[in-house]
This record gives sequence, C-alpha cells and structure tokens, in this order.
Amino acid sequence: MLETKVNSSLCTFIGSIKLERPTILASGILGISLDVFNRIYHAGAGAVVTKSLSKEPWEGYANPTIFSVKGDGWLNAVGLSNPGAPNFAKMIESNKDVPIIVSLVGSIEDDFEFMIKQFENTKVLAYELNLSCPHVAKVGLEVGDDPELVKKIVKTVKSSTDVPVIAKVGLGTTNYLDTVDAACKAGIDAITAINTLRAMAIDVETKRPILSNKIGGLSGTPIKPIAVRCVYEISSQHKIPIIGCGGISSWDDAIEFILAGASAIQIGSAVGDNWIQVFDEINKGILQYMEKNGFSKIEEMVGLAKKF
Amino acid sequence: MQRNSNHPTICKIEKVVDETPTVRTLTFSDDVLSNVLPGQFAMVWIPGVNELPMSVMVSEEKGKAAFTIRKYGEASTALYNVKVGEPIGIRGPYGNSFRIKEGKLLLVGGGTGLVPLMRLLTGIKPSDDVTLIMGAKTQSEVFFEDYANKLLDHNTHQVIVATEDGSYGQSGLVTDVMDNLCQNTKFDAVYTCGPELMMSKVVKIATLKEMFVQASLERMMKCGVGICGSCCVNDDLVCKDGTIFDGKHLLSKSEFGHTHRNKAGILEAY
Repeated sequence: MLETKVNSSLCTFIGSIKLERPTILASGILGISLDVFNRIYHAGAGAVVTKSLSKEPWEGYANPTIFSVKGDGWLNAVGLSNPGAPNFAKMIESNKDVPIIVSLVGSIEDDFEFMIKQFENTKVLAYELNLSCPHVAKVGLEVGDDPELVKKIVKTVKSSTDVPVIAKVGLGTTNYLDTVDAACKAGIDAITAINTLRAMAIDVETKRPILSNKIGGLSGTPIKPIAVRCVYEISSQHKIPIIGCGGISSWDDAIEFILAGASAIQIGSAVGDNWIQVFDEINKGILQYMEKNGFSKIEEMVGLAKKF
Repeated sequence: MQRNSNHPTICKIEKVVDETPTVRTLTFSDDVLSNVLPGQFAMVWIPGVNELPMSVMVSEEKGKAAFTIRKYGEASTALYNVKVGEPIGIRGPYGNSFRIKEGKLLLVGGGTGLVPLMRLLTGIKPSDDVTLIMGAKTQSEVFFEDYANKLLDHNTHQVIVATEDGSYGQSGLVTDVMDNLCQNTKFDAVYTCGPELMMSKVVKIATLKEMFVQASLERMMKCGVGICGSCCVNDDLVCKDGTIFDGKHLLSKSEFGHTHRNKAGILEAY
C-alpha cells in the first residue's frame, strides 16, 4: 500500500465532497475503463473524472489528436470521443471502491437530465459539467460562453440529482467570471478551473495545421500561471469550493493552486509526461510541505495567498 | 530544430518496396528510429489524412528505418500510397521491447505482425537456435521469407511458411504448425505478433507447455503516451505498459483475445 494512501492529513473537502487525497485525475485522461480507474485510484489519485460523456457515443476526430508542442505542453483535439452515457453507466455499474466524478457534455438542459438518469443506480461521487471544451461545436465552451444557458443547465441538473454538481469552466469569449457567477447563482456545488486553452500548431515543412481539427486545446505547464490566476480570482469573488486544474506536474504546483484558493487539484497532462506515479509523488510532496510548514490539514492552506 | 519525441518530426520517404500486392515497405532516414528496440513503435502522421501506430521495421542501411504497411482502411491505404520524396511525420519511439532469451527460440508471426519479429532477429545471439513460423492467406501474400533466412544466416534455424489455402509451404494456420512442432520440442522462449486471435492461441499453447511467451498487442491509439486511454486492455495501456506483454499476464486479462475498443471506446468482440 502507498504510504500516502491512508494519511488523514491529505484528506480534503470540496464542499460536501470528501476526498482521501487532493489529487484528482482530470477529465479526458485515461477515462474509459473501470479497470483503469481502479489502477489510478490505487496509484494514489483521490478521485477520477471520466471522459466527458454525451447522450450518444461519439467517435471524436481523426488523428493527429494529441501531441506535445515544442518547448512544453500538449495540444489536443480529441473531439470528446466517448462511449455515450448509457454505455458508460453500465460499464461502471459494478464500481465499489473508486470515487468517480462523472463528466458530462451537452448542448441543452435536457441532454444533462437524460444523462444523469442513466447513473441513477451507479455509485457516483459527483458530476462535473464540461462547460469549457474548446474544440467541439455547440457544446463545452460554446455553452460556457452563454451564462443564461449555464444557469438553466445547472438549475435542471441540481433538481435532477442529490449528488454534488461541479462546473468546469474555461476561457472563452465571455468573461469566465460571468459563467462562474451564473453557475453559483443557479446553485452549483463547486467549480473546476480551468480547461485547455484554444490553440494550434502548424508544421513548417508541410505548411499545414497538425491537428486534424486544426484548432485544439493547449494543456500542461505553459497554462499553469493562467490557471492559478483564475483560481485566485474566483476564490476572491465567491465563497465556492474550487478544484484547480491546469499544468500541475509537481507538489509545489499543487500547493500553489491550494494557496490560490483550491481545495483539491486535477492532474492531466502530467500523466503523459510522468505517468501515473505522478499522483503519489505529488501527494508525498504535499505531505512533506505540510510537515515542514506546520499544517495538519489541507483546508488550513486553502487561499492563504489572498491575505496579501 | 531541436527534436521533441512527442511532436511529429518530418521525414521524406526514400524508398518504396512492394512486398506483396497489398504490402509495402517504406524506408526513410532517421537516426532515432533506426536504433529502436525490437517491438517499439512510432506514431506515423500521413499529413491531411490520419496518424497511425506502426511498429518500426529494420533497415539494412545505417541511420535508416522503415514501416511495412498493409493497405486496409483509409489511413493505412494512404500510408501505403505515400511516394518517394513525400513527407510523413513521426513521433516516438514508444513502448517496451521483447525480453530476448537465449537458446531455442520460436517466433510466430502473421502478416505485418512479422515486423517486430524481424527486428527481434537482429538482437539474437549466434548460438541461438531459431524457428520462425510465418503465416499468410495465400502464396502471393507471403513476405519476409528470404529476409528472415538472411538475418538468420549465422544461426541454426528454420523458417516455416504456412498458407491458409495451402498454395505455398505448409497448409493451414501458423498455430496448427506450432501445435505440431511443440509436441516434440520445448522452446526456451516464444515470441508472437499478428492477429489477436492467433496470438491468443499461441500464448495458450506455449503456456500449456510451460514455455516463456511474449506477445505484441495492437489497439486503436490516439496519443501513444498514456493520455487518451484508447488502447486499454483491462487495466493495461498497450502504449505504456506494452505493446509487449508476458503470456501469463495476458491470460489473466478478460479482454485479451476477446474484445477491443472502437473509436468511441466501446468494447467490441473479435
């Protein structure tokens, strides 16, 4: 057993959601098999977020869909490929141990209502509404950019389930703080910030965009300072629990997000760089930092940077 | 430009060889891919079409590597049709490699599954006694027979060809040939690559005879680096944990030899 697995100092609360460890597998990463979820949980993740699920199965875009950019970071336009909520719900029906956060993507409130129904008999820790995928039309960021629609969706989802609901926001054409505000007013339980940022790469030899979708989302260390700023801004304006996401690859990155106001953090691209031991490495580093600085609980550190 | 192994590096195809009416080998210069371990693969970008995982084929020329491709779907046909002078993008190398044992070795390959086995042959000792069973549907689809004999020139060896229609070599499946061979012979190691149902049978035969066996798996892949999860087999990721797995490990996986995932990630039966 990993030594950080049962250390109560690492326990954290995202509102009413209790996690044994603050490191969460971000949506879109490795998220299509219960067996893999089990492995990631036992590797140290406090929870796993599924790939964003839609009403119907989606094949996503043709490759190339993921590669790293020169310098650092990853570019992707997978196109939200997923087995569809009904198939997925069946697949995780037998889950007993793993804290699973189900990510959902849709265009209107009815889509979300339909999908949540599929999970009625499944153990779900929380739902995360993907309001920020930057490379698929009519869902994700296009929904997040419409605060009125966000309000309607969050209200519908909140009335369809007792399970906590998180909104994952990103940077689109609307001020993301207006989206956060709309979600909060509609009763959201927590916010995940941020998603990938719209970006592209062009190959100079062939003179063409590399992604088949041409435009995708940038993730990894280059976006970390932007994500830290967003968590800090949300935390400064709202009393809402926040999950920090964007370029976290080491324990000090994780602490930085916690000091900015996050109660937990999500890890995605770093899995591509450092594989799944990254969860345990970050958990260990957080513990050591806490011991060295005299903290006994994660919540003692949340938002400390705001007092300056 | 500094190379980033996770970003496509452009190479121009320098030579195209027709192996059969449906299989071609494309050769290009690349110092990194020319030195990969047996079984490692690259993600190969056909600009404007798609990107595919491809096992890296041996080239006899220093500093060069190759891909051997069968035209099948849209993407593989597009790679098959790349002409001399045209560009492809490569990322990698990715994945683990065969654990090469010494002594009596048995290699069982079907179709383009022979590619990693050819590279494996470049890594064996002169003292090894090697048997290679290669399978094809029909005589015109047999390839790498001469090349395998050439690579094994300094070894005690035999190359057995099996065709499903009996038009060349032994008639039947490679697994039938293997089954017969293993009645009287115990091998120190068995290596296999090809269609999964074939590999599943090879692994079962070898395990029943208590022989060490490794298989190289193929799955739909998007990233090649353990991000997308498309290539999972139960809790294994073929790109990160494989592509090469021990037979014993594979037999403990309910998906091996039974199901694979489609583009949406839904399990489908073989």
